[in-house]
Amino acid sequence: MEPVRNIVGRALPLARADVDTDQIIPSHWLKRLERTGYGPGLFEAWRKDPAFVLNDPRYRGATVLLAGANFGGGSSREHAVWALLDAGFRAVIAPRVADIFRNNALRNGFVPVEVDADTVASLVAAVRLDPATTITIDVEHATVQAPWPSGDIRPRRVLAHAAPRRSRRHRGHAAPRARYRRVRGEATGVAAARPIAVLR
Amino acid sequence: MATLSEKVWERHVVRRAAGEPDLLYVDLHLVHEVTSPQAFEGLRLLKRRVRRPDLTLATMDHNVPTNDEPAEEISARQIDAMARNAREFGIRCYPTGDPNQGIVHVISPQLGLTQPGMTIVCGDSHTSTHGALGALAWGIGTSEIEHVLATQTIAQTKPGTMAVTVEGALPAECAAKDVILGIIARIGTAGGTGNVIEYRGAAIRALSMEGRLTICNMSIEAGARAGMVAPDQVTFAWLEGRPFAPKGAQWERALDDWRSLASDPGATYSREVAIDASVLRPYVTWGTNPAQSVTIDGVVPDPDALPDDTRESARRALRYQDLTPGTPMRDIRVDAVFIGSCSNARLEDLRAAADVVRGRRVRSGIRGLVVPGSMGVKADAEREGLDRIFRDAGFEWRDAGCSMCLGMNPDILRPGERCASTSNRNFEGRQGPGGRTHLVSPAVAAATAIAGHFASPSDLR
Repeated sequence: MEPVRNIVGRALPLARADVDTDQIIPSHWLKRLERTGYGPGLFEAWRKDPAFVLNDPRYRGATVLLAGANFGGGSSREHAVWALLDAGFRAVIAPRVADIFRNNALRNGFVPVEVDADTVASLVAAVRLDPATTITIDVEHATVQAPWPSGDIRPRRVLAHAAPRRSRRHRGHAAPRARYRRVRGEATGVAAARPIAVLR
Repeated sequence: MATLSEKVWERHVVRRAAGEPDLLYVDLHLVHEVTSPQAFEGLRLLKRRVRRPDLTLATMDHNVPTNDEPAEEISARQIDAMARNAREFGIRCYPTGDPNQGIVHVISPQLGLTQPGMTIVCGDSHTSTHGALGALAWGIGTSEIEHVLATQTIAQTKPGTMAVTVEGALPAECAAKDVILGIIARIGTAGGTGNVIEYRGAAIRALSMEGRLTICNMSIEAGARAGMVAPDQVTFAWLEGRPFAPKGAQWERALDDWRSLASDPGATYSREVAIDASVLRPYVTWGTNPAQSVTIDGVVPDPDALPDDTRESARRALRYQDLTPGTPMRDIRVDAVFIGSCSNARLEDLRAAADVVRGRRVRSGIRGLVVPGSMGVKADAEREGLDRIFRDAGFEWRDAGCSMCLGMNPDILRPGERCASTSNRNFEGRQGPGGRTHLVSPAVAAATAIAGHFASPSDLR
């Protein structure tokens, strides 16, 4: 397997909590004997709703999934990771990723990133404002970066609110920290991802 | 000083290096037809063998029909692949039709294969079940299955420790299912993430092995890596005389060893939660994750009254479940009742349900399914005449399998149908696309089948 050093791409603001692996790939897909071909089954039930975000053409080609807390809980089916990869996704960013899903992801070079809920909310806000927003996950240095759409106050306010609160809470700990700074007149958020495990 | 899970973990470390996961030895690898075909194919491609076929056991449970009908073609292919792979790699397999066949997490404890102090893995998240006997057992993915087949080891980051202590005595109508649903309601679906939960306290000690298996089974529903109960007299009495349990002098030596596994007094946990058993009641889930539950005396909650971070999930769940806030749980009617699964399909569970239905009839229009966890459980139940009680009441009495727990065999809900289920997951579509699941204990499931709406046994007259 090729080492995954970084992921640069647009994101899908799924923004739901407790996305279990039965939703990611329903059980009837598990009757197959192969490792590939699960893409059409990804979020199969939710996709039947035309308003579901995966059906929104503005997010076509997204490679990073933005999800709420406890992503990938439930069944141990590795088919969930295979389905995400098959559909073009390379990483998920969520406040918490379930343990077995995380192990399965790492075995397939799919990157599970855990950051605090405020950072996920900021990323979701940015991507909803501008679906072309590019997110950069630097796996080697465990950071997530996204430029914030210029000319909009809202995400910056979210950032200004989030930064001091988190750094106070985690002072002196090796816990995740979110730093925010201005670069070239635009607000840029740099969130330190929690080191998840050794990628191999 | 170490906890139970730390002791078992440390006994199995093969290799440890800074910045890397530990490499652990695996004492028992359980295999079923659904998550293993790609792993065996991987072995074939690399011309590898199974390192310890003698520590590997296969069965068929997820995909199999539990009545006389043949499996659909795609499922039959997977069932055949399991039989073929077991033959080719020299693994013991209990196929459909074998008296030892059944749900993998039911047969292993029943045969005495699951023993205290073991590491056990299986390509199924409910492997946590085996922790009830003091084994460290957890679910793995298909790539990890291939690794274990090839090496009998697995690389894992060391989990944290968490104590859930349940003190006091359980009220009369409360079962093990209500204890674990109560725990999950309290700590949430991610409350155990990264940790092995050790269940402790008088209420846990007082439970039978079957009850402990139910509790450990649903550890994964709290997000935990595994769940465990320290081995004690209940454990030893369960194991003694079972086919794969140690015998004679080996039994005595095993007892000495197993007694040393309990957490040292003064060992510390990364997280501790205390629960008062006496305030527990029979639980019913209303939502689409196992933490979304109320007691049977309760009402469907109003999402606006719930904490911020659960409100949106609750709104979605109520839309999916077609429920209105304020509705008493007892007013909710069901279309189906499923008594089965690795969570609650052991003999004690079937006895509890049979006690409720004896001499009564399933409400007309309700489909009732009783699916023993193993063919062994089925035979035991039939010796006691439980099959007659269920059949006379109007339930279907099936062969062993996962059945209506997971919607990948012929037993599924139709879209919009509502089911009282003794299984462990109420996810959207879990029992079939559009199906609505409510998790309950076997006794509540049985009472609900009779009443036609959620009910506890004491509601029946």
